[in-house]
Order: sequence, then C-alpha cells, then structure tokens
Amino acid sequence: MTNQLKQTYYFVLLACVFALGVYLQGAGTIDDFLYYQEDIVYLTVQHIELVLLSGGLAILIAIPVGVLLSRPRFQKVAESAMQVLNVGTTIPTLAILALAMSFLGIGTVPAVFGLTIASLLPIVRNTYIGLKEVPAHLKEAASGIGMTELQMLFQVEIPNALFVIFAGIRTALAVNVGTVPLAFLIGGGGLGELIFTGIDLDEPIMMLAGAIPTAMLAIAIDSVVGAVSYVTVPKGCNPIRARQ
Amino acid sequence: MIKIDKLTKIFETPNGPVTAADHIEMEVPSGEICVLLGPSGCGKTTTLKMVNRIIPATSGKIYLGGEDTSGMDTVTLRRNIGYVIQQIGLFPNMTISENIAVVPKLLGWDKARYMTRAKELLEMVALDPSIFLNRYPNELSGGQQQRIGVARALAADPPVMLMDEPFGAIDPINREVIQDEFLKMQQELNKTIMFVSHDIDEAVKMADRIAIFRDGHLVQYDTPDDLLAHPKDDFVKNFVGDDRALKRLRLVTAESVMQTTFAYVKPNDTLAEALTKIDAYGYRDAVILVNDLHQPIGYVPKATAINMKGYCGEHYVGLKTIARTTDDLRKVASKMFTHDIVWMPCVDENGRLVGEVTQRGITHYLGATYQRDTSPSQPQPLHQAKEAS
Amino acid sequence: MDLLNFTIDNLALLGTLTMEHISLVALAVGLAILTGVPIGILITQNERIAKVVLYVASIIITIPSIALFGLMIPLLSTIGHGIGYVPAVITVLLYSQLPIIRNTYTAIHNVEPSLREAARGIGMTPFQRLKMVEIPLAIPVIMAGVRTAVVMNIGVMAIAAYIGAGGLGVFISRGISQSDPRQLIVGAIAVSLLAIITDYGLIRLQKRLTPPGLTAAR
Repeated sequence: MTNQLKQTYYFVLLACVFALGVYLQGAGTIDDFLYYQEDIVYLTVQHIELVLLSGGLAILIAIPVGVLLSRPRFQKVAESAMQVLNVGTTIPTLAILALAMSFLGIGTVPAVFGLTIASLLPIVRNTYIGLKEVPAHLKEAASGIGMTELQMLFQVEIPNALFVIFAGIRTALAVNVGTVPLAFLIGGGGLGELIFTGIDLDEPIMMLAGAIPTAMLAIAIDSVVGAVSYVTVPKGCNPIRARQ
Repeated sequence: MIKIDKLTKIFETPNGPVTAADHIEMEVPSGEICVLLGPSGCGKTTTLKMVNRIIPATSGKIYLGGEDTSGMDTVTLRRNIGYVIQQIGLFPNMTISENIAVVPKLLGWDKARYMTRAKELLEMVALDPSIFLNRYPNELSGGQQQRIGVARALAADPPVMLMDEPFGAIDPINREVIQDEFLKMQQELNKTIMFVSHDIDEAVKMADRIAIFRDGHLVQYDTPDDLLAHPKDDFVKNFVGDDRALKRLRLVTAESVMQTTFAYVKPNDTLAEALTKIDAYGYRDAVILVNDLHQPIGYVPKATAINMKGYCGEHYVGLKTIARTTDDLRKVASKMFTHDIVWMPCVDENGRLVGEVTQRGITHYLGATYQRDTSPSQPQPLHQAKEAS
Repeated sequence: MDLLNFTIDNLALLGTLTMEHISLVALAVGLAILTGVPIGILITQNERIAKVVLYVASIIITIPSIALFGLMIPLLSTIGHGIGYVPAVITVLLYSQLPIIRNTYTAIHNVEPSLREAARGIGMTPFQRLKMVEIPLAIPVIMAGVRTAVVMNIGVMAIAAYIGAGGLGVFISRGISQSDPRQLIVGAIAVSLLAIITDYGLIRLQKRLTPPGLTAAR
C-alpha cells in the first residue's frame, strides 16, 4: 500500500520534471541557460571556496573559543560573552557584511571576514552549551578514575557534546551559505554575481543561472554536514540514531 | 452497577494479533471498590480503560447501572465516569481550582456553583482552599497533586470512578495516608470504583472485591478474604504470596475473633474469690481485673491468688496493652509480639471490657476458613485458649 | 560627527524606511502564523505527512534568500509583480513556515500523553482538548518559533531592498553602490538595532503569554 503510493509519487514527479524539460527545451530556455555554463562553473568554484574558507576559519576559531569559555576559570566572562553572542546572532548578515565593507573596503578579505564573523557565533554558542550540559556525574566519574583535565575534555566532554556542537556547525554553515551570495556585493565574487546582475539587468535567465545552483549548493552542503554529523557523533550520545 | 460482559480486546501488532483481554466477565456492585490485580501485561489496565473507551473494545458489552454503554456518546459517557491516572495529569496551565472545575465547566455549570464545588472538594481531600485554590500544579508535592487528581475526578459527582494505579507514584509513607483518607471518603461517597493495582497489599487494603488477571484472562474474582484463603490455582497462590495468611490479618477485626464468655474480678473481690473463678474457668495464669466503669485495669496472677490474702484491688498487676474491637488482627498480633503475650482484653469505644482476644483464637479463625465447613464465628472457650501460655 | 549629521539630516527617511521594514515583516510573519500554526496542528494527526511537510519546509529555509528571490521573480512576473514587496513578502512567508510549523508541531506532539489521556478521560472533545490544554501549553514554544521567524526575516527583508521591496536595506544597498560608508553604517546599525530590540520585545511577549503554571516554581 505505502510502496504503491511511493511509486506513484515518484512517477508523477518524474513526469513533471520531464514535462518541464520539454517545455523549457521548446521555449529555448535551456539553450539560454547553457550560455552561462562557463560562468556558472567558475563562480560555483569561487562560491565553494568562499564557503570552505570562511566556514573553516569559523570552525577553527569558534570551537577553541567555546571550549575555553566553558572552562571554570572563565565562568564569569562566559556568562556575559554568551549574552553578547545571543544579541550578535540576531544581527542580520547583510548588516555584518556592510559593516565589514565600511571598515575593510572591497574585496575577498572583507567578504571572508564578514562571513567568518557571521558563522562564528552559532558554533561558539553551541560548543559552550554542549560542553556545559555534559552531565556532572560523567565528569565526576572521569576525574574519579584519574583522568587529567585534557583527557577528560577529549575523551568525555567533547564526545558527549559533539551532537550539540555539530548542530551549531550546521546552523553556522546554513547562515554562511545563505550569506555567500551577498559577498558579491562587497566584491567577494561567487554565484551572487549572476543573481544580482540578473536582477539589475532584468535578465531572468541570468538570475536563474545564479539562483538555481546557489539553492542546490545550499541544500547539498546542508545534507553533507547532516551526514557527517550523523556518522561522526558517537552512537551512544546521538539522539537521532538512538531513536532507531 | 458496572457489569462487564464478554469484553474482549485484540491489539493488532506487527507481530500479529495480541489478545489483551479475553471475554472478561465481571460485575461490580454499587458502592464497592473492585481492584483489578495482576502482573504487568495481564490485561487489567486494558480492561479498565475499555470502560471509558480510552481503549476501544474489540467486542463485548459494558453496562453502567443496567444501561448498555455502547449506545452512549463517548463524551457523555466519560463525563459520567471519574477518571484518575497514575501520572495524575493535572493540566499545568490551569490553577488548582480550574483543574477541579474543568468538568463542571464543560457541563455548563455557572461560576458560583463550580467554585463552591471546588472549595468543597479541596476540603474533602484535606487541603486548605484558601491556600491551594489559586496555586498551580507544579507548586504542589506529588501527594497533594494526586489528591487534586481525585478531587477533579469527583467534581461532577459521577457515580462511577476508574482509577489506574492512582497512588503508584507516591512514596510509601504518603501512599498509606492517602489510601486511608480515600477509604474514609469512600465511606461517605459510596462510589462504585474500579481500581487497577499491581500491589497485593494495596488491593487487600482497598478492595471489597479483587479480580486477578493473567494473560488477558480473569483468573479469580473474590472478596479479599476468600481470595487469600482460597486461591484458585498456583498462579494466584504465588501472586498473593507465601504470607497470604498474614495478609488476611488485616481484613479481620478483633471483634470477630474475641471471646465474649470470660471471667473477671473487681477490686473489692477477695483473692479467694479470684482463685475460684480461675479454677472454674480453667485458666492457667490469671484473671482480668476491671474497675467500677467496667474498664480493664490489670490482672490477678494465679500464683498471687493462691499465696496471698486480701483483696484483688491490692494485689494486681497492671495491663501492658489492650485491643479495641475495631483494631484489625494485624495490629493485635503486633501488640502480642511486642509485649510477648498470648492474650489481651478487648474493649469497646468507651474503654469497657467486652471480650478477650487470644493467640489461639486468631490462629483458629484463620485456620477455620481453610476448611470452609467450620463456622469461624464461634469462638473457642477461653480455658482452651489460655492453655497455650 | 559625519555619521551623526547624516542621521539627523535623514531622520525622516530613516523613520519611513524603518516603518516600512517593520510592516513588511509583520505582514509576512502574520500571514505565516495564520498558515503555519494550523498546519503544525494538522500534521500532528499523521506522522508521515508531518515528516514530509517538515522536510519540505527545511529545504525551503536552506535556500539562500537572494536565490529564492531570484527563483520567485520570473514566476511572479507572470502576474506583473516580479519585483517589489510581493516576492519579498512571499519569501518571508515561506521562510517563516519552518520555525512556526516545526515549533507548533513539536509542542503539541510533545504534550505529555498522560495529560492527553486525562483530558480524554474527563470527557473533553478533541477540539476542547486542543483549546483548553494543548494550545495553551504549546504557546510558549510557538511564540519561540515566531520570534525566530521575525528575527531571521528582519535580515531577509534587508536583502529584499535589492528587489525593490524598500525597507532599511535601501540604506545599505545605496551605501554599497555609492561607496558611501555613512549610509552603509547607518543602514547596518539601524537594521541590527531593529532586530535586537524586536527580539527582546518578543522575549518579553513570550514570557507574558506563557501560562503562569508553566513558570511558577515551588
């Protein structure tokens, strides 16, 4: 019964895609689209570079910061830092990019800087919260069997906080990928070039040539991060896998 | 009042159909508490929940007050049945008074009426309305919450109540207190109650009748005393436990085993008279001494009566303990163990001597029901009982 | 000083654009509540449909806003509203679905089974149960979803200036195209403050709407 339904869905979906293809071919849209092929490839690579560079930097900076803030000796700083971070996450990314540009000018550097800042906050916050939420009895047991602080961090705290940390990374990368198209505005390149230019020139095909790959890239990156976190987080403290 | 007729529930599971209740037949007379008892998965909860259709029955009928409920609308049916569950289920977004008044409100009572009712019920469950009416459930302890749960079920004064392990989540000490309170309330309210439990002690304490379930079948349906005295098969015997005779102690009052023919002396009787009485009744040890109000104050030992001269009032030994007619045998037995005695005087509510309870009498009473032909109400002659000491 | 003078000179415009920004977000999220909450409630009835709906909503929210505008413009030009506030409002409406539907669904789905059983046992109809128990308990969580949607979409609406929707993004877009740091900074700070203040206000509102029994401590 359910299988039949599924098959019907797929069939209808396929038929729609096929019909759309026929229609677009007939209207010449596909040929128009292919006109931008080179641009798409070049800009997609640039787009991905921006994501990897800024996202990677954000992870490299944010996780140690989150770990440090969760240590007891930074407890006082951490409380106020979290409040600042919470406020920070509400700031629109366009505003962050605009501020980056007004201080650093135009180009890849302010773009990467703005993107990194925008992606930092969710990771720091989740790293901190994830580590803080590791049950006290686990830490007590760990120190009870004679683990050093570092051993405890790497063998007990981080594995148990990993699910929350990954959730932060996923959010951060979603924010990042959503913001990368805007990087074009401050001279950072990427697929935003096709979208914004398309809008300005009132060229729908050019716009779509930017928008469709951007959307697909975003969905793809999100799925990859989801898959990575599914595999990486230890089975015992992974709520998604535990349910099965 | 509640009549269950060939009630059956079959659950469809991925591993095939499972019969959770198989042609259950039972009747709970008006004003009685019927405890459904059994290990988990035996069908007791399923049976209970079919009565108010939380679980729809596969087949069979349920009659309330003679009326077939299958024709009744589900909502109407449920509003006429009080329902108490183990998790209590107080609505956290409502105050205590709103929680209690929720059913009256649904029934369209006006505000003055349901507020009065809420206060009345709080008093009934021994919580001060001026303190609790406007509190929220999360401000109350577990025991207090469960009292509110009972009050909510009683709000619209339904004739029937279903209770699913209502006191299961409460700590043992408070559970005893709430059970006692509930029984006291029930004496006034006379509801017809179906009560699920997995605790034999709770069942023996609360029930007028106990229904033992196993694998979806009703194995035995009897009064607690009969159930403990005559378990139908090995399953029931195991379930009620090796100490089932001891459990029965709780079901019997001192009044039903005390001996009413006995001798006693007064303070101005002489020791010689006491000795005569001791010999006449064949007592081995002593005779009870009562004061002018007929209250027992001590006993005159046989040795004293033989060796001394004078009046009983001058040569008696004080009583260590007495039993009341309303005490259950568990309490009486406990007193006997505590004071290392085998008999004690039994007094009425005014403290006047009405009889004697002996260890032998208790043993005999419990033993007698195992041979059903022996009438338990005939007490043993006192002298035989005393021989044991 | 420069910045201050600029702000004072353009105070009227700042006010107009702020109001525009607020009303566009309010309109879109308002519509999103009207659709998202009922959808969230409805899908509690069927787990499979719920999964599909939540999956679709999470895909939509993954698409970068500017790409979604880009996809929407050709579609909406067919009815003559390719650019302007219409695609902006529709985009925000779509983005708001995930937090609102997900939070509504989760909150109602997670109402303790014992409460639901108690409500049934008392003889509440499904509608009464929803109205008297499930929705009151879900309101804080639904409000949290609304808050997420509003804050996120204040940012999205800023980007919508590029498709002619107006709002505070106008300052930023002009600042970028004219390389004018004054407009850039004023726009960025204004939209940030708007987001921060709104977030704070909605937290307060969320607390006020939470039934007291859910917060009162022993």
